[in-house]
Amino acid sequence: MTGLYPHLPALQVVVPMLTAPLVMLLRQRRLSWAVASAASLCAFAIAVTLTLDVLADREITYLMGSWPAPWGIELGVDAFSALMLLIVTGASSLALLAGAQSLDRDIEAERQPLFFAAWLLVLAGLAGILVTADAFNIFVFMEISSLASYVLVAGGPDRRALPAVFQYLIMGTIGATFYLIGVGLIYLMTGTLNLADMELRIHDVADQRPILVAAGFITVGLALKAAIFPLHIWLPNAYTYAPNVVTVFLAACATKVSIYILLRFDFFVFQPNLQGHDFQFVYFLMPLSLLAILIASGVAMFEPNLKRLLAWSSVAQIGYITLGASLVSVTGITAGLLHIFNHALAKGALFLAVACLGMSVARMRIDSIGGIAQKMPWTMAAFVLAGLSLIGVPGTAGFISKWYLITATFRLGSLGIALVAVIVVSSLMAVVYIWRVVEAAYFHAPDPDSTAVEAPLPLLLATWGAVVLNFYFGLMPAIPIHLATSAAQLLHGHMR
Amino acid sequence: MELLGLYYYWVFAALLMIGFYAVIAKLNLIKKLIGLSLFQAAVFLLYITMGKVEGGTAPIFTSDNADRLFSNPLPQVLILTAIVVGISTTSLGLGIVIRIKEEYGTIEENEIQEIDRQ
Repeated sequence: MTGLYPHLPALQVVVPMLTAPLVMLLRQRRLSWAVASAASLCAFAIAVTLTLDVLADREITYLMGSWPAPWGIELGVDAFSALMLLIVTGASSLALLAGAQSLDRDIEAERQPLFFAAWLLVLAGLAGILVTADAFNIFVFMEISSLASYVLVAGGPDRRALPAVFQYLIMGTIGATFYLIGVGLIYLMTGTLNLADMELRIHDVADQRPILVAAGFITVGLALKAAIFPLHIWLPNAYTYAPNVVTVFLAACATKVSIYILLRFDFFVFQPNLQGHDFQFVYFLMPLSLLAILIASGVAMFEPNLKRLLAWSSVAQIGYITLGASLVSVTGITAGLLHIFNHALAKGALFLAVACLGMSVARMRIDSIGGIAQKMPWTMAAFVLAGLSLIGVPGTAGFISKWYLITATFRLGSLGIALVAVIVVSSLMAVVYIWRVVEAAYFHAPDPDSTAVEAPLPLLLATWGAVVLNFYFGLMPAIPIHLATSAAQLLHGHMR
Repeated sequence: MELLGLYYYWVFAALLMIGFYAVIAKLNLIKKLIGLSLFQAAVFLLYITMGKVEGGTAPIFTSDNADRLFSNPLPQVLILTAIVVGISTTSLGLGIVIRIKEEYGTIEENEIQEIDRQ
């Protein structure tokens, strides 16, 4: 094994990518599920090993084909990418392990091997974005993961998934192409695609217009991919009509990886070099974040469909993440990154609970789950506890990131107080929309003809596993806080 | 003169906007995909343009042409990858359009929304 150890950053991508065609050839649904889960768990193990290396302050770089850095493609893992790798591979593994029975309902047996192959390609693409240090390589991996995720979303039985996926494809491609234009313009001016090299070389041409245009294209393109308000319109429908297990995976990590690229470009490449870019960044991101938090939470309060309600809540939570980043302080960025982690935990657990409900309930409308808690007590108890984490009740993971966010905003003086008010109001709105579900499930009269039974054991175990993690990282948050703080110092340290 | 001298960038911008317009304004899903392809093709042209060095020749290195000026081959290599991505996107998009036609019986965006609202 020591022979493979130096190659772990490459294996992080190679393992799922090479397993994908293998899974496709298996043609047997349980076998392909087992192999896909094993590959995903293997990727998770690699992510954990890399994270331990990062925690031990070892620098991880890898030269593809041993070509030296500005010419060859360099892979690198730091605290930021390690945190994201843990989320991506962890969410994928948990969703796969939980989802066998849930997928049987949504996808025919003979198409399942193809489905798992697409799943592994999403995983490979997302992991590739996180380990690579090359701007064009990021584009390629972004498209690998996006194309495969369109397939996953379209896999469900609901025909409304198709127009939703078409819209997702159009918006996603426009976002990726904008990013490509931006990278092209930077290459035109600097002659490099390596991010670290770009940071040094862009300094000489920073005041020229193509660089500013590139900054605009890259920011807007990635904001589209990350569903930053008001570029989020593809998200609610795509999440609502996707198979339940796919929603667990995508909601936990897909948009956040785009935020990762956005922050990496903004803090590593643009902010140290472009004059006044930190102000542009703040004035662009902060109002949009606040609008996202308030408007998306407001929409969630009145949304009749349970999955779409949670999807709108995701748009709001992305607002918290970008709000933290837009404070441009170490505490603020830490809060944003912690929220990426904690929101993945809370929303992952909530969508897993929804997948449990989906085993018995065909239509995910809030009025069709009346009294379901009597039939599915464990599922609804998990939903309530994960909901507490989403709201940010002390003792849960969601509380930790909101606490950091409020600490960071208080340092801004009077503006900070206004921001705290927004955070508190939106948390109350979260109480309202979670309560609507709880009220329906616990206090409405149950449907007398309902044949609902408790969800199958693997799904229930995974849901409760995610819930326990929400409380574990709420009471003992040392590891994510350490990773998020070092990542924030890394990002902030690049500013001049 | 300087503005006209950069005409290839004008072609890029014009193609980009024509494609973008089709994506936004057309209701027919196939026409949207055509616009999307045009939009991507414009970016390919941007990359290929930037690789050209004035007076440069094809970058084939032999022992007797070491002093010649070469064009930059990297953007072409990059765009080869981007073309593959573009083809995959278009074919996946067309596949989804076929499925939409099977399920809804139409590929007009407004008619699909009408059917979903019922």
